[in-house]
Amino acid sequence: MDWLTYLVLPLIKIAIAIGSLLLGVMMMVLAERRVSAWLQDRHGPNRVGWHGMMQPMADGLKFIFKEDLIPGHVDKPIYLLAPLVILVPALMTWAVVPFGTTDPTQVPTLFGQPFKFQLSDLNIGILYILAITSLGVYGVVLGAWASNNKYSLLGGLRAAAQMISYELSLGLSLIGVLMISGSLKFSVIVAQQTDIWDWNIFRQFPAFLVFTIASFAETNRAPFDLAEAEQELVGGYHTEYSSLKFAIFFMAEYLHMIVGSAVNVSLFLGGWHLFGIENIHWAFSILIFCAKVTLFLFFYIWVRWTLPRFRYDQLMMLGWKVLLPIALINIVGTAIILAF
Amino acid sequence: MFGAILWFAFPINKPGDTLLQNALFFVLGGVVVISALCVIYFRNPIYSALALVTALFAVAGLFIILEAYFVAAVQVIVYAGAIMVLFLFVIMLLNLGDEESLEDRLSWAKRVAVVIASLFFAEVFYITIKLVGSVNAPKVTSGQPVGDPKTIGELLFTKFLLPFEVASLILLAALIGVITLVHRRSDERSHTSSDT
Repeated sequence: MDWLTYLVLPLIKIAIAIGSLLLGVMMMVLAERRVSAWLQDRHGPNRVGWHGMMQPMADGLKFIFKEDLIPGHVDKPIYLLAPLVILVPALMTWAVVPFGTTDPTQVPTLFGQPFKFQLSDLNIGILYILAITSLGVYGVVLGAWASNNKYSLLGGLRAAAQMISYELSLGLSLIGVLMISGSLKFSVIVAQQTDIWDWNIFRQFPAFLVFTIASFAETNRAPFDLAEAEQELVGGYHTEYSSLKFAIFFMAEYLHMIVGSAVNVSLFLGGWHLFGIENIHWAFSILIFCAKVTLFLFFYIWVRWTLPRFRYDQLMMLGWKVLLPIALINIVGTAIILAF
Repeated sequence: MFGAILWFAFPINKPGDTLLQNALFFVLGGVVVISALCVIYFRNPIYSALALVTALFAVAGLFIILEAYFVAAVQVIVYAGAIMVLFLFVIMLLNLGDEESLEDRLSWAKRVAVVIASLFFAEVFYITIKLVGSVNAPKVTSGQPVGDPKTIGELLFTKFLLPFEVASLILLAALIGVITLVHRRSDERSHTSSDT
């Protein structure tokens, strides 16, 4: 039975997780276009399938059938490596997020084994997230450098500076959550947020604020999309990429958004809990989690189509002079409250 | 081949060894050795930096085999995630690429480097030969893994408090030093620009 628990079950879980993530990316691409159209009083793509539901399929097919162009002036090995380097960490982050109930008495059984809705409950869960997200910048920087194009390089350098700056606030904001929960494990952190007033958004509001803003910056989304500011840098780091390789960069951005929302929901918005109901059925727990993530993703799109882009000096000032002090004060404040 | 070399050099006697752990150790050890060699032999600084990232990753993998997850995560966060990104950043910003002139300038340094490197290698070799077989890995007594964040945190704030604080002071000194240097230079620049 060993090989079953160690090999087959994890593989099934990984397949489900990656499959649903990629499905989520497809839905997100459509949602972005439809919601942006709605916010701008347009219709958006609604011709392909019911309410444009098949539009992502059409987009994907178009990407596949485009000519796969590799410009002559690029550094070929790194140019080919960069899309993979950006995609893999985006997928890997999902490994520690509990996307449904992990209570052993509630989960269904498969082959006589409990089927927990989490790939791996590492005892360093939060640190794992920080470690993997800190690698996301490599894909951007390498793609930018290998393209051998000044606009790409500028975009890549901007992305590197931005991501390093905001990673600090991201990590420091989580320390408050960590101090309250006393554990790095996601299952423990989510289990402590059963009741709605125990959600970390209420107990750690400054941390939630800093984490949300910093995760926007980490995903290079507007208003922090200086790395690909199209009015200044053509397309930024992916200017020289075409066909499926561009699609991978595009997918990675949406993957980062989905995973970032999922982490945010798990850490601050109670994960798969709602209204303090204990012993919830596993199917409902997954539904609740998905609903929360969807709401948060809508927030992402809403912000992108509402706020204008920051200037570079404003971006750096916000990161170093606003978010970092807030995160530090939050740590000290939480420590004082916990001590007394 | 590298696996075989490592096998003779470092026969590990860890309790609870399994076949998978051993196999992973040799794969990751091989990756460490090969990528460390690549760091030296690649002519392009970007490729060298990337090889170093690979080596650091494989070392993190070795920590995971030893069930020191915390150390592995810190290794990735600090080295691969922060320091190497800055390295890449600087290399790209300076656009290093003129290796030929670099070679001319460093021809005398090469001879010195060979002497120092062989001394260092002899020292490491001597210590390894002397210690192999005499040092046993500390045995895991309870269910608590060695690299547990709680254990490490407790040790850092009790037993190793002084070294920990000293190390942080050294880092702080380096930080302040950099800021002072940059500050002075920008002051001078502003003076000269106001003069002209």
